[in-house]
Amino acid sequence: MAYTTIKKALIGALALSASSLAFAADKPLMMGASAKMLSDTCAGCHGTNGASAGPAIPSIGGLSTEYFVEVMQGYKSGEVISTIMGRIAKGYTDEEFTVMAGFYAKKGFVAANQKFDAAKAKKGAKLHDKYCEKCHADGGTAADDDSGILAGQLVPYLKWTLADYRAGDRPISKKMKKKLNKMLKAKGDGSIDDLMHFYASQK
Amino acid sequence: MKITRRGFVKGAGAATAVGMIGTPFIALGASKKVVVVGGGTGGATAAKYLKLADPTIDVTLIEANKHYYTCYLSNEVLSGDRTIDSIKFGYSGMGKHGVKIVHDIVTGIDAGKRVVKTKGGKSFNYDRCVVAPGVDFKWDTVEGYDANVAETITHAWKAGSQTVTLRKQLLAMKDGGTVCICPPTNPFRCPPGPYERASQIAHYFKQHKPKSKIIILDPKPKFSKMGLFTQGWKDLYGYGTDNSMIEWHGTPKGSDDNVLTGIDAKTRTATTGFNEVQADVLNVIPAQKAGKIAFAAGLTKGDWCPIDLHTFESTIHKNIHVIGDAAIAKGMPKSGYAANSEAKVCAASIAALLNGHEPGTPAYVNTCYSIIGPGYGISVAAVYRLAKDGSKITKVSGGLTPKDASPEMRAREVQYAYSWFDNITNDAFN
Repeated sequence: MAYTTIKKALIGALALSASSLAFAADKPLMMGASAKMLSDTCAGCHGTNGASAGPAIPSIGGLSTEYFVEVMQGYKSGEVISTIMGRIAKGYTDEEFTVMAGFYAKKGFVAANQKFDAAKAKKGAKLHDKYCEKCHADGGTAADDDSGILAGQLVPYLKWTLADYRAGDRPISKKMKKKLNKMLKAKGDGSIDDLMHFYASQK
Repeated sequence: MKITRRGFVKGAGAATAVGMIGTPFIALGASKKVVVVGGGTGGATAAKYLKLADPTIDVTLIEANKHYYTCYLSNEVLSGDRTIDSIKFGYSGMGKHGVKIVHDIVTGIDAGKRVVKTKGGKSFNYDRCVVAPGVDFKWDTVEGYDANVAETITHAWKAGSQTVTLRKQLLAMKDGGTVCICPPTNPFRCPPGPYERASQIAHYFKQHKPKSKIIILDPKPKFSKMGLFTQGWKDLYGYGTDNSMIEWHGTPKGSDDNVLTGIDAKTRTATTGFNEVQADVLNVIPAQKAGKIAFAAGLTKGDWCPIDLHTFESTIHKNIHVIGDAAIAKGMPKSGYAANSEAKVCAASIAALLNGHEPGTPAYVNTCYSIIGPGYGISVAAVYRLAKDGSKITKVSGGLTPKDASPEMRAREVQYAYSWFDNITNDAFN
């Protein structure tokens, strides 16, 4: 997976700078904040313990550590497009990403209460099984597959993320690209909408 | 003597450290009482996060009002995009964390005896007190303006009935009318607020009163997110053309061109060093200082409250911590998110101190969204660390929405702004 390779190279390069010298400042900075202290800074936007009240900012409680660190590194390097996260991610060392990831992995993922169309959700469920389930296991609920949680995640965020993948604004694995193209070719753009209704339907 | 990290470390080696530095550390199992004064974003967050950090701490939150109206997103009430009820929050959510809520007005704090006194005649003992009073206005800086006049010439800088009054005035205004906004001098609560306000009023005018104008008489040479606001005004409201809905008149350094000196409430006229504007709706946001109780409790130096940036403990009175807009949090702006972030650092420090531990390394963040018009959101963010010598909360990353952000990204920022609102209010009040 190309992305993982890039990620590993990045970890190596950044490990050297992951210390109190990580940031350019005129005076030495106090480093070594606890997992809770660091993670609580996220909660104003992502919800207490990472359970987002919506409507668009994703929940981060319950994400796998691997996925959390990978995406934060992507924001930091700019490989993953974002509105605000790129600006924020640069304020943390890679070690701190791991620490925060550990904190949020221990919190439960809280599925958002979202509206959905039952007929579309039913179609979406089938699409999920066919094209997504292999990596996003158990209907997209599993964190330990190290993929993003889809079931019950805020739908605007899922939609935008998928759009970014398709636009090449976010590194996509070969497997995902293949599956996504296959689905779009066979079922058209409406298939994404169906998938979204399925993820919204999972509580 | 004020406890600092270094002071603590120095003393911590000795078994008699607690006695030596004269700080009332409480042994495990002893009483751990915290009284939080003020239930805005900072105070509510502090109360909740104290309980999350250590449920055995006895936390009482004293707040005058039954409901809190957030200043953030109150400008959308002015445009009609949002109802006043959508920015209204109660305190019942605090109860489930075990925070005791008292609705009363704090009249004084005896720092020596560690007692908070209220108008209702009650006394509350504390081991540590958190004061989150927000801002008060410096009425005397504008001739002809005071709290009574503000009933008709609004400031709307504390949301609630003021916001509703200003909205009603905008609704009643005829098309072709003029709104004059007078922002305050620095520092003040919510630096981008006056300019988001102008944007939201323009958004309303564009739909319903397209011949109307907004004139901003600013005592400053520049303002928060200035490049992004003026770009947004150009994109949406004809800024810079003869038909511009918004006019901004700044004040060069050293001049008094648009420094408000007085108002005539009857004619709704604002007088500055150089200009005089007669408006149909006049909105005066006076210069600010720490909330009343900060002065009554002797926590101020000048207009604001000096604090230790690590623990937010007052450098004037020990065992009292000041957070939010009233505090001099060197390096951080006076914003809702900053208050939320400071409250968490303060709560973690207090929980540590009450349990006889050294306060941990702090981490702070600010994020702030402004909505210029439909699908047009901008933001500023910053991640901060404390300088090792405690002198400054230092920005290590962050910045503004890029000027060349795509329409798609600006639209996403609006949805993220609404999410930010839902989450910060839940994080504080629920």
